[in-house]
Amino acid sequence: MMSLLRGDRGGQVVLSILLAATIVLPLLNLTLPELHPLHVSTYQLNLFGKYLCYALLAMSVDLVWGYMGFLTLGHGAFFGLGGYAMGMYLMRQVGDRGVYGNAELPDFMVFLDWQELPWFWWGFDHFPVALIAIFLVPGLLAFLFGWFAFRSRVNGVYLSIISQAMTYALMLTFFRNEFGFGGNNGLTDFKDILGFSINAQGTRVGLFIASSLAVIASYLLCRAIVKSRAGRVVVAIRDEENRARFLGYRVESYQLFVLVVSAMIAGVAGALYVPQVGIINPGEFSPLNSIEIVIWVAIGGRATLYGAVVGALLISFSKSWFTAVFPEYWIFALGALFVLSTLYLPYGVAGFKRNRVTV
Amino acid sequence: MSNETLLYMDSVSVSFDGFKAINDLDFYVAEGELRCVIGPNGAGKTTMMDIITGKTRPDTGSVTFAQDIDLLKLSEPEVAQIGIGRKFQKPTVFEALSVFENLELAAAGDRSPMATLRFGLNADQRGRVDEVAYIIGLSDRLNDAAQVLSHGQKQWLEIGMLLMQKPRLLLIDEPVAGMTHQEMDKTGQLLSDLAGEHTVVVVEHDMDFVRSLNSRVTVLHQGRVLAEGDMRSVQNNREVVKVYLGE
Repeated sequence: MMSLLRGDRGGQVVLSILLAATIVLPLLNLTLPELHPLHVSTYQLNLFGKYLCYALLAMSVDLVWGYMGFLTLGHGAFFGLGGYAMGMYLMRQVGDRGVYGNAELPDFMVFLDWQELPWFWWGFDHFPVALIAIFLVPGLLAFLFGWFAFRSRVNGVYLSIISQAMTYALMLTFFRNEFGFGGNNGLTDFKDILGFSINAQGTRVGLFIASSLAVIASYLLCRAIVKSRAGRVVVAIRDEENRARFLGYRVESYQLFVLVVSAMIAGVAGALYVPQVGIINPGEFSPLNSIEIVIWVAIGGRATLYGAVVGALLISFSKSWFTAVFPEYWIFALGALFVLSTLYLPYGVAGFKRNRVTV
Repeated sequence: MSNETLLYMDSVSVSFDGFKAINDLDFYVAEGELRCVIGPNGAGKTTMMDIITGKTRPDTGSVTFAQDIDLLKLSEPEVAQIGIGRKFQKPTVFEALSVFENLELAAAGDRSPMATLRFGLNADQRGRVDEVAYIIGLSDRLNDAAQVLSHGQKQWLEIGMLLMQKPRLLLIDEPVAGMTHQEMDKTGQLLSDLAGEHTVVVVEHDMDFVRSLNSRVTVLHQGRVLAEGDMRSVQNNREVVKVYLGE
């Protein structure tokens, strides 16, 4: 494991801080009295856990954008699908505690006057089924998208636009009540996760730790990929696709592989996000969300992995501070940050240390 | 067809929007040969390479490699894997990667993601990297990023990448464009050394360079072979003179 981080100073620092936070923050939350100056409130911990999900999502975008050169404007789709898979499990855990007290059907189905559970909800009472769906559904969408796009050698701006269209189409579809996922209200009013009350302090701490560990584990996975010979093939495809092809590499297999792995990571991010915010609705598929992820990665620094983590956390924390102090101006601040970083930090925050994009 | 013929293009034609880029072209190369292909702009030189490497499919004709392989049925990666290496006109190396990594990626072997994810190079392939780096004169630059190499060194690195593939046929598009005279001499020497063990087809504009290679020359014009022979006979060919100097 340590060999994966050899020569990756930024990764060593970021992962060390994360690991420390995973241990220390829950302790500060659980052991110190509320009035203690070092006490971390459950609200803050939950907020941080949510931002870690963003960091995970940003990392998945960096893998396809930074390393493979596919500027994805639709990664929110994979995040949202992972989130919905988790949301469906949480909905089924509500049981007869919904507004209508119907143990067989979620509230929104009762409201729509549906008589029975649609087939695509079958099995979501069981966590393992939901867990498989969290990986499989985003992975499958990525596979289909990549299969058609990469084999037809769609690239550049066109690929970006198609990815955006994909998430937009999903948003419109999920908005429809008949589609069976709660329409524009989405899925909410969750009660339990794995038998624990979702709002309990201990559950919040557990979700925070799970999010942090997911970031660390995914970091190591992505690092293992980009450090391997396959990772260098991917960079080679980014820089000179034709050269790679004429060296005998099936470019589309590599692109497909990386996109599917990335989509699964994004799906996990969404699945961890939903129990922490308590809702999933079609807004997660909004193209604007996907663009924001790209901005996190750009500001953090592309093709470093840790840059994406730093970017996502930095922007999210500034956003929560800014929106509290100057609520109307956040969007301008974000725009300014993006312009300034493009002008003065072309390789992002990570570029302070190293000023060129390499592996 | 003689047994030593490695590449055999038989009455190949291709047209783009009615323009016949390749027009009933017959082209043979023997195993181990060094061959130069010259011709004015638009003669079809690059299109010919595109057809051999699977990038462009001809409308009619056949292209056979090593007696019994139908190249028209193969994709670009498959063509590369059966032993045909192609160097592009503009030096095309992976700038962000080191010289070593550039050669590493070109090493012959299983090219599926599952293989490259799990395995690095074996001892044989490592040895081959050193050997090729020596041949192209970049032994002391292995750890440098390809983007810091000079133009000529990038051209050699790309030729080195082809050699890592252990190709039987090397297709080399304008290897000396933009090179200094010394670099040109070195490149000429390199290509001559490679012939014999490999079959080398060079497309080139620079007549002095072609003359220095002292090989058989094929002149393409309007998508077909206008003349073929040694440089002197080709230069004295009336048709060739007419095409190059105008009426």
